[in-house]
Amino acid sequence: MTDVAPVGERRQLAPPVDDSGALGWIRRNLFSSWANGITTVVLIVAVGWILSWFLEWAVFTANFTAASGSECRAQGACWAIVGEKWRYIFFGSFPYEQHWRPLFAVIAMLAMLILSSDRRMWNWRLIVIWGVGSFITFLLMFGEIHLPLSLFLFVALAVGAVGLILRRNIGAAGEMNAYRALAAIGLAGLVLRIAGILPAWSLAIAPLSYVETNLWGGLPVTLILATYGLVFAFPYGILLALGRRSELPLIKGLCVGFIELIRGVPLISLLIMASVMLPLFLPSGVTFDKFLRAQVAVILFAGAYIAEIIRGGLQSLPKGQFEAADAMGLNYVQKTALIVLPQALRVVIPPLINTFIGFFKDTSLVLIIGIFDFLNTANQALVDPNWAGFPGEIYLFAAFIYFIFCYSMSRYSKRLEIELNRGTRR
Amino acid sequence: MAVEALGSTPRVRVVPWNDPVVRGWVFQIVVVGLVGALAWYLVSNTMDNLARQKIASGFDYLGREAGFEIGDTMIEYSPASTYARAIWVGILNTLRVAVLGIILSTILGTFLGIGRLSPNWLLSKICEWYVEGFRNVPLLLWLFLFYKLISEAFPGPRQAISTLWGSVFLSNRGLYFPVPMADPIHKWMAVALLVGILGAIMQHRWAKKRQEATGQPFPSISAGIGVALGMPIAVWLAAGAPSSMSWPALKGFNFEGGTVIQPEFTALLVGLVLYTSAFVAEIVRSGILALHKGQSEAAAALGLSRGQAMRLVLLPQALRVIVPPMTSQFLNITKNSSLAIAIGYPDLVASINVTINQTGQAIENVLLIMAAYLTVSLSISAFMNWYNKRISLRER
Repeated sequence: MTDVAPVGERRQLAPPVDDSGALGWIRRNLFSSWANGITTVVLIVAVGWILSWFLEWAVFTANFTAASGSECRAQGACWAIVGEKWRYIFFGSFPYEQHWRPLFAVIAMLAMLILSSDRRMWNWRLIVIWGVGSFITFLLMFGEIHLPLSLFLFVALAVGAVGLILRRNIGAAGEMNAYRALAAIGLAGLVLRIAGILPAWSLAIAPLSYVETNLWGGLPVTLILATYGLVFAFPYGILLALGRRSELPLIKGLCVGFIELIRGVPLISLLIMASVMLPLFLPSGVTFDKFLRAQVAVILFAGAYIAEIIRGGLQSLPKGQFEAADAMGLNYVQKTALIVLPQALRVVIPPLINTFIGFFKDTSLVLIIGIFDFLNTANQALVDPNWAGFPGEIYLFAAFIYFIFCYSMSRYSKRLEIELNRGTRR
Repeated sequence: MAVEALGSTPRVRVVPWNDPVVRGWVFQIVVVGLVGALAWYLVSNTMDNLARQKIASGFDYLGREAGFEIGDTMIEYSPASTYARAIWVGILNTLRVAVLGIILSTILGTFLGIGRLSPNWLLSKICEWYVEGFRNVPLLLWLFLFYKLISEAFPGPRQAISTLWGSVFLSNRGLYFPVPMADPIHKWMAVALLVGILGAIMQHRWAKKRQEATGQPFPSISAGIGVALGMPIAVWLAAGAPSSMSWPALKGFNFEGGTVIQPEFTALLVGLVLYTSAFVAEIVRSGILALHKGQSEAAAALGLSRGQAMRLVLLPQALRVIVPPMTSQFLNITKNSSLAIAIGYPDLVASINVTINQTGQAIENVLLIMAAYLTVSLSISAFMNWYNKRISLRER
């Protein structure tokens, strides 16, 4: 009782020194104990030494303006080589005066990816975004697109059939009749086309000059291989995951065998297989574009990995969801597409983005079979005898570009994970 | 009444096309039939193509002379050896880099993961930027960078950097250092090492048992290392300490004698370890973070230092979370070692790629690659599953 001073005379205690201001922060985080202090000093010396050496090389003695490699010798970094080669690194052997085309194709793909990252777009808008975006991208890259009649017929058949199965017992009579009509037109047209009664009409859109795929290179190639690898692998990964969870033994065996086989071997072996074995698999006379072969290998590879991720999502669903869907009288396709997948996929979006980052990096392996992706064009830029001997500069530049892409995607995936879990977190 | 009626409900008769069992089998037969038809189509096309291009089939080529050089071999090999031998050299090279890579990246990754959780702000930031920097850039780019740095930044053999009184030479041909001359005693030293390791393990078990029974600790780790290393040294001394060495020396354009760590191998190993350890660090960190905070607080309350708490309390428990994702990282190292082909290290894929180009027998060779990697992958998974079972929590 005695040490409590009367009100009004209470001494103001100074705040503890430890916790305030920049000094306090330094004391808490860098010098909290002897060992900690020594660690800090050693690290500061080491980092300072490395940084000063790096800055000396990369900035102070660097040459930004040399006209050829020989002017750069015996100095620091030669960033002039990046200034000289950046267009080749980004766009490869695409005709030089047409470089605006891959540039806008890259912008279109980035816009597509950025728009898809907005959760307000996760509905029918996604289909529109990807349809329009893909059309623009490939129109710019190829210069012309041929849409054969059978493609339209096939789409009509597919939309009709999917609609009929998904909206069975749910859709209104008029809607179902529309699906029936679509399916009938598609089926009849395809039969007539195969029988040779319908001619091979195709809609040609050719505003630009044609550029074949072996001239493609650089960033668009990396983006296309990774993005469309994942887009096509996605439905097929879903099928594999559903097959692996199936109660039908033969289906399950096929899916397990395929997934484990693909996951057990390196991507390179699949790429080598695609480049040397795929031509053997096809009937003689049928040739297959090299780019398309690599794309097929990436899709096969990605499908197995995506299947395992989606299986995780399927397993996280409580059994009651399946039973409730059965009790509602939904058929297997309706139960899967309307009840199970929307909930399972929501859980696996962040790991799927991480997989995408992995594939974005792994597409660099296609240089083994001679495709000019971003890393390969960077590699080829080093071959020029006028600019020989500056691998560090080029590789650091390429690493920086890869880093920007991968780092921003991993940040997005982390943020999304928090956002998506907000509803379920207590 | 009602119970009886329920119990004796006759099986509902359904028409076959509505019976789920029948439907299931029909569906399966259709799918398997389609897959089979696709396979048959591909195989028959392949047969046609092989016959038309006059490519031989079968594994006879394995016994023929390979005729190509391999720069870095662990066993005796010359161009006169068979293809089978060349492929075996490749498999050994893959295993060498994979095993070393797994060990080193586990050690480095564990330190980085713990470093990220350090109370020292600077240390945790450096570890964080290391992880972000390495895992957001393709491995292949790191391999190219390290390989080009070694082969272009280091001087040629004539201007090699020599250290340790002229016994070690560093140049763009690799790192040369002296090794002891081959001696029959080495075999016995290896046997002694094995005996020593066995002894160390038994000693460790005994020490653990005694500590559990009496509470008295025993420095079993340092004693174990002493026993394991002491045995071969004792054998060596007993044999009169044969110490003639093979010294590397410049002859013509390159070094002779001693032994060498090739630049391709170094670049591959360094790249794999630095890249994978970033992923290992994240796994270790999340494993430790998954533990309840009470664990580290209880350890501190018992008076354990931070290092002791980590070693004795936190890491053993975190292992249960860490091991499954770690398994897939180990598999990744093994599969990623196939990138060796891009920088010219003669691993399995590189050997087989040359074989494909020389014999034209793509199918057999691709099957060999897949069989080899599947064997290694399945062995690693089997071992890690066994280990996982061993350390998992035993509940009643």
